[in-house]
Amino acid sequence: MGRDEMSDLQGKRLHKLVELVYHNVPFYREKMQALDLSPEDIRSIEDIRKLPFTTKQDLRDNYPVGLQAAAQSEIVRIHASSGTTGNPTVVGYTRRDLEIWSESAARAFTAYGVTRDDVFSVGYGYGLFTGGLGAHYGVEYVGATVIPTSTGNTEKHLRLLRDLKVTGIACTPSYALYLAEAMEKRGMTADDISLRIGAFGAEPWTEKMRQEIESRLGLKAYNLYGLSEIIGPGVSYECECKNGSHISEDHFYPEIVDPETLEPLPYGTQGELVFTTLTKTGMPLIRYRTRDLCSLMDGKCGCGRTNVRMTRIIGRCDDMLIIRGINVFPSQVESVILEMPEFEPVYLMVVDRAGCLDTLQVQVEVRRDFISDELGEMLRLRKKLADRLKSVLSISADVKLMEPGSISRSEGKSVRVIDRRSLD
Amino acid sequence: MLIKQLSVFLENKSGRLNEVLDILGRADIRIIAATVADTSEYGILRLITTDTAAAYMELKNNQVSAQQSDVVAITCDSSAADFAAKISCFAREGLSVEYMYCFSVGDKAFLILRTSDNARVPELVSRYGLQTITEHDLSLL
Repeated sequence: MGRDEMSDLQGKRLHKLVELVYHNVPFYREKMQALDLSPEDIRSIEDIRKLPFTTKQDLRDNYPVGLQAAAQSEIVRIHASSGTTGNPTVVGYTRRDLEIWSESAARAFTAYGVTRDDVFSVGYGYGLFTGGLGAHYGVEYVGATVIPTSTGNTEKHLRLLRDLKVTGIACTPSYALYLAEAMEKRGMTADDISLRIGAFGAEPWTEKMRQEIESRLGLKAYNLYGLSEIIGPGVSYECECKNGSHISEDHFYPEIVDPETLEPLPYGTQGELVFTTLTKTGMPLIRYRTRDLCSLMDGKCGCGRTNVRMTRIIGRCDDMLIIRGINVFPSQVESVILEMPEFEPVYLMVVDRAGCLDTLQVQVEVRRDFISDELGEMLRLRKKLADRLKSVLSISADVKLMEPGSISRSEGKSVRVIDRRSLD
Repeated sequence: MLIKQLSVFLENKSGRLNEVLDILGRADIRIIAATVADTSEYGILRLITTDTAAAYMELKNNQVSAQQSDVVAITCDSSAADFAAKISCFAREGLSVEYMYCFSVGDKAFLILRTSDNARVPELVSRYGLQTITEHDLSLL
């Protein structure tokens, strides 16, 4: 599709979207009215600049279904991601949304070269997290065989890879490395398995990791990008050229803005990635700020595709961490610790990569009055905090109890996170 | 009947035990018995000293988190059979021993016990005719 044709389609879809949210989502109607905008003012895709932004905070403030545009009876699926202060982000999908999602994900798998002859293992978590089901639908849509392996059972995963001659795998890049390690421990090599394609995402990764995964698992590794607020995996994907991820811009319109001034930035300039869901009807979002930093590339790709590409995510413009594919905010850890009188209100999160898996250690100081002379009591305290963190963060953290005053306090902005993972 | 024990939560890092003992040493505190229980991450130092209150204040003034708790010290014969006989009194009464440490002088031994219910210790001591010993007497050994 040529650029003019695409812009034309995007403009028409944007107009329909604005009509939908103006009439069905009070949040957007009020924002537009405050800007003296009516749906009639939005006619072309360039008009998108007139529209207000949507932030993660807006999603939280409208918890659980305040931003939903469709009637509850039209919603056929709900996914949710962890929230920073207890409120998860809830996303409702209509049947049409699920079709868009499947199709977008299928475009990704098609770009990787997946055909109906492939056997694909989906090693993302199935459940509230969109990774598992999103990849599942994409592979199924292409017509390949899907194995919903999910996470957790590495032993069985390896066995299935070998015995079912699995040719493709979708999982986090760190889990791929973990699998490679587990395989090598059992004396297996890439020759014992038949993997040829890997779809990796849900956490930032590097060119070095790609090379390592490719050589150890004997496959071609491609990026799969997505976020549950927009739809899930399949928002963008790499092709055989591995030169940026193609965005399904007929469904998800991308912009790069300056995170401070919110001014749109031209192609090639780094800034915050913003998406507008042009076709979603369950919970459509206008100019949603992803907090992911990257730049956009235009022009025809070597593969022949003409849709816009995004570079690797080079960082975040907030303090969110992605640990084992899960979004973690220091404020979540803080809120748990502040609620427990047993601990001083200071903490330190240490994120590292042990072998191939991300680890999170949370160091906390035990208040004097709660220090027990019994180890059992201290272990119970440790477990109590670990359990609460697990329920709020959705990943387990190793809790380290410290003496009062032993975590350094600094004036001004204190260091709360040490990330030792290297992403070069 | 119960005596005061001092316990100190220690981060598991080299030199930390030394720092704590140095503080007590500078204050001229004498240690009657000591033990360190540890996990991989931290330890708990338990001490019976000649002056628990002074030792406590000294640690507190040096920002060391110490606590006082009640334990019972029982004298017995240093034979394993007598150890067993003394401990069995607690078991028979449904009290569990949360931790214990001991030391001996000649053929006399001293058991320092933390039980699951300190309030019942006096009654048990008199029922079984156990011999307890105070910090003061311990310091004279």
